[in-house]
Amino acid sequence: MMHFLLLFSRQGKLRLQKWFLPLPERERKKIVKDMTTMVLARKPRTCNFLHWKDLKIVYKRYASLYFCCALENQDNELLALEILHRYVELLDKYFGNVCELDIIFNFEKAYFILDELLMGGEIQETSKLSIVKSIEASDMLQETMEEYISKPAF
Amino acid sequence: MSDVVEKTLTALPGLFESQTGAAKITNRLRQLIKSITELTSKHEEENLIKRELSAIKEQVSSPNTTMKQMREIMVRAMYCEMLGYDASFTYIHAIKLAQQGGVLEKRVGYLAVSLFLNEGHELLLLLVNTVLKDLQSTNLIEVCMALTVVAQVFPKDMIPAVLPLVEDKLSHPKEIIRRKAVLALYKFYLIAPNQVQHIHAKFCKALSDKDPGVMASSLHIYLQLIRESPDSYKDLTGSFVTILKQVLGGKLPVDFNYHSVPAPWLQIQLLRILSLLGKEDQSTSELMYEVLDESLRRAEMNHNITYAILYECVKAVYTIHPKAELLEKAARCIGNFVLSPKINLKYLGLKALTYVVQHDAKLALQHQMTIIECLDHSDFTIKRETLELLFRITNAQNVTVIVEKMLDFLCYVPIKTLTFAPDNSWFIQTMNDVFSIGGDLLQQDDPNNFLRLLAEGKPEEDDQLRLYAVESYLTVLKGHTSHLPQCFLQVMSWVLGEYAHLQESVDRREVIRLLTQLLDQRSVSSETRVWILSALTKIPEGQTDLILDLAESLSSSQDTVLRQQAQELRHLSQDSQLREWVLVENSCAVDSSLSFLDGFVSEALAAGAAPYKPPHQRQEELSLNLEPYSFSLPVSLSSCSITDRQSPTLLSVSSGLSGNSAELSTLILEGVKRVWGKDGYLPQKEATAPPVDEPSAAVQPASQQEAAERIEPRPEPSTQNQDKQQLASSLFVGLGVGSSVSLLGKSEAPPPRFRKKPRPHESSSSSGTSKRSSDSSSRSSRNTTDSFLYGSFPEEEPATSISTFDHTPKSTTANGLSQNKDTKEDRHANTSQILGGDMVIVRPSTIQDKHPPSVSSDLTALLPADLKDLPHSDVISLTSDPSLSLSSCRLFRDEALLLVIFISNCTETVIKDVAVQLTCEELKVCTGNVMDCLEARSTSVCHYALLMDDPHTNVSLTGTVSYQTQPGHTNTLPFSGTLSTADFIRPLVVTTEEYGKLWLSLSHDVKQNLKLLTDAGDPLRTTLNALKDALQLHVVDIIGSEGIVACRLLSGAPCLLHCRVNGAALAMWLRSPHPALPDFILYHCQRALAHH
Repeated sequence: MMHFLLLFSRQGKLRLQKWFLPLPERERKKIVKDMTTMVLARKPRTCNFLHWKDLKIVYKRYASLYFCCALENQDNELLALEILHRYVELLDKYFGNVCELDIIFNFEKAYFILDELLMGGEIQETSKLSIVKSIEASDMLQETMEEYISKPAF
Repeated sequence: MSDVVEKTLTALPGLFESQTGAAKITNRLRQLIKSITELTSKHEEENLIKRELSAIKEQVSSPNTTMKQMREIMVRAMYCEMLGYDASFTYIHAIKLAQQGGVLEKRVGYLAVSLFLNEGHELLLLLVNTVLKDLQSTNLIEVCMALTVVAQVFPKDMIPAVLPLVEDKLSHPKEIIRRKAVLALYKFYLIAPNQVQHIHAKFCKALSDKDPGVMASSLHIYLQLIRESPDSYKDLTGSFVTILKQVLGGKLPVDFNYHSVPAPWLQIQLLRILSLLGKEDQSTSELMYEVLDESLRRAEMNHNITYAILYECVKAVYTIHPKAELLEKAARCIGNFVLSPKINLKYLGLKALTYVVQHDAKLALQHQMTIIECLDHSDFTIKRETLELLFRITNAQNVTVIVEKMLDFLCYVPIKTLTFAPDNSWFIQTMNDVFSIGGDLLQQDDPNNFLRLLAEGKPEEDDQLRLYAVESYLTVLKGHTSHLPQCFLQVMSWVLGEYAHLQESVDRREVIRLLTQLLDQRSVSSETRVWILSALTKIPEGQTDLILDLAESLSSSQDTVLRQQAQELRHLSQDSQLREWVLVENSCAVDSSLSFLDGFVSEALAAGAAPYKPPHQRQEELSLNLEPYSFSLPVSLSSCSITDRQSPTLLSVSSGLSGNSAELSTLILEGVKRVWGKDGYLPQKEATAPPVDEPSAAVQPASQQEAAERIEPRPEPSTQNQDKQQLASSLFVGLGVGSSVSLLGKSEAPPPRFRKKPRPHESSSSSGTSKRSSDSSSRSSRNTTDSFLYGSFPEEEPATSISTFDHTPKSTTANGLSQNKDTKEDRHANTSQILGGDMVIVRPSTIQDKHPPSVSSDLTALLPADLKDLPHSDVISLTSDPSLSLSSCRLFRDEALLLVIFISNCTETVIKDVAVQLTCEELKVCTGNVMDCLEARSTSVCHYALLMDDPHTNVSLTGTVSYQTQPGHTNTLPFSGTLSTADFIRPLVVTTEEYGKLWLSLSHDVKQNLKLLTDAGDPLRTTLNALKDALQLHVVDIIGSEGIVACRLLSGAPCLLHCRVNGAALAMWLRSPHPALPDFILYHCQRALAHH
């Protein structure tokens, strides 16, 4: 089960945070700080995995953005890496050639997409098609035409 | 890449203009983000956010703000919170937004709630009604949102409110809703397993759902359930295998493919489930060999995801009952990982290897050169993983090299590995390194264990080790000491105080000087100072001048403990008679019968004290914890309290704190029964002989040297290569097939030179080579017993474990006092009784039921007389083999559950040495086992008192019966069973007034609606009676439509139930001082009513 997922920039600025277990605010802040320092300090051509307390940290950099998640001991690191990748694919499909700015300005959309992919720290839906479909459905059904146009093309 | 961000940001205004009008809603957020990126300092950012937040505050409290504006405000508030600023004043508005907004606003409102409010936040209560409304909405999207938020933030105590609605969603026509409902229930299961236990049947339906997404989600729950009790789900193995086959065969929609691999997440989930099911179970494993083989074959190496599948597959193959062919294939796969140039795969390969070497250490041999390379890898993670692997293959021959590597790594201190230490000097030297590097990060036990090791050897044999320690510590202390960790200083001062006198050549003044020097250092903690002072106290007399100086200087110390010690030191050094008396130089006999206390005891008895009771007796009465606490140095014992009660008052009790253990070491060393030393510690004579086998002895010194030199960089690649090979040969020595040494990586089996904690089951292992040579054979024999043990389980265990012991007590009378007394007395008598034919058979008819058990039911007649009248359950068969058959029966006594085991001899011969061993992790098993011989065709009875301190839903117990049909030929027969909390619930007889008082004093409460039985007469009375029959509750009073019921967990925590008829349901309100007890009782009530 995934414990948390963080997105942060190369400067260590938090872009998105999802906590699957309840943690007090102070603890969260500390973890974010730990993660950014640990992950950003990694040299190139090292593996994408880290040990932190009793958790396994899996991270991957996509352009200027780091995707970082924490797993339990029995979880599969490679698989988590692919979950991150699937998330990026989904973002890409939704925003169309996604970049960090899309996530900065539409972070709530990024959360909505994540909520369709993961639930309770486990993968919810592996079919890309149905995720995109359900996101589009909730966007399209309810948004006014004006909002629809304002959204980046997909 | 940040430059790109910057550039894009500067271009933003233009971007906005091109989108005029379109982006109004998010405009303010954009402005905010933009202005933040333009700032240069943290301070400016703080100011900006402060302004922004006050603007938000103004807007949210304005009555004119529309929901749409509120949505935009909420997004800004979320952004501020993400930056780390407090926007808690918006929380309530987030809830409002979720409550009142249209769907789009609701979505943002729910998102804000799930980001802002933690589980347990009090505002969450305000959300319940909104969520309930949305769960019942006809709009799919609203239902989805509600399910998402429920799974994200709902705490344990709010689950009952939404549970029925979420449960209903399992049969929703839309698959996305079913999927989310399954995952929400999974989350509930993780938080509060008891609350969702009644929906297991529905999970089964989700597993067979026609939508693959729903089915895949249900696997999360199943993985969790199976992890907890694999035996209950063995019958599903076939289904899981079929699903995996279908996935592999590409039967799922292409849509589920990920990089042209069919549903990898699903595959991995299934592989995990299968490995849990097949673990130590041959028959189940056989079902899955074929599909595992196919899985290995199908996964062609082309993408990360196939590697992820392969990794799980390899693990599964090595977890389940072994099959040679598969093991071979899996081992080949590991090669692909380890040899991969991709670093992530290498990492996973090392992990896989670490996993498999525990089963077969030889596998590491094939990859030794890769492992060596990984050991020097620049990546910390890879290095750590390699060391983990090495740790698993540590044996007596490679320990020096491996530990050295580990020390290089610094963060991973391997005390455990040091049990293989080849000789004294290496051991001490390594411990020095460990202490100085690992220092205060070490576990508390490590220094203590080390000192114990030094202290507990025999004086003549281990003096060499101690001498070496003294010498090396003097050298250390002569050097720079300020950087040394406190625990190392403590160890050194203790050893010097204890053993400095062994070293004739050392000037005592020098020792005193060195120790005093330490006292002067500012970095030394006051605890360490106490250690040092006690060491100084122990150093033999003669240097009165130095000591007096020291005592003088410390007598004005601010630390009272130090001051006191200084006083003691002064008096002791002046009064040699006193000193001799207190600090006994040589051995002193220990009177283990403690006869010197006789006078004291009789005095106390005369004064009315309770007589001493042996521990087992006390435990039965009080159920105290008798587990030994973790071992620590004997420093806490006060020296004066041991020598004499009337000793001079100078050595007050508080000096015990300070570690005056001078005479204690001698006390321990002499005359005391040695608890662990015998096999754990080799005599010196053997230790001086070469500790390793001939072939490796030649390799080792060279390799050690090599390894030491490897720290320097090597220019020539050829020598480097040679180095590596040499390192490899020293690392992997002892793993080869032909060598006479063990293949073990596990720490319990290898030859113990320095053993820390002996365990009873290890005591049979003889030390040294004989153990090693016999090891492979003992391993294989263990394997066979394993499979034997587990092979017989599936047949014995019904699929639903709960039904194993169905809870149907035959009589629910509360036990009277007098009866209670009787049982207590009798329990101390021999519990085993062979009952002859002259035993009167009492009430055989009560057991005859519509489900006649396979065993003859008049077994209850064999119960000891004092147990006969207790309410009891049916007799059920546990297990049997040609010679013995075992059945059991539960007797409900007030303060314990008695598990009675009937052992029947089915043969015509006498069976000897029948011994029953019963183990259960969750319960306390009180009364012991039976040793006896069993006449032909007779039955023996033994009973166990089981105590439950913390409630568990189901408790599984396992045990074995060993017996001899022929002399010297011991058979074992395993059995297992399950008990439920219901077995441990007893009626609590209270009056209505007492109930009222108790109710107010209890803190943990749970409320839930239960089914009301309406089949006959007064529904409340019927329902309560049904519960009373099923659970041994005590119905205190029934007034109108309300009833109060009380029960307790054995003689422990009470639980009060308040029931009220609420329409067609029974509103149950439970309270207990124990946090989990109401949940469990509620669960059993639900079950009881469902079964009714």
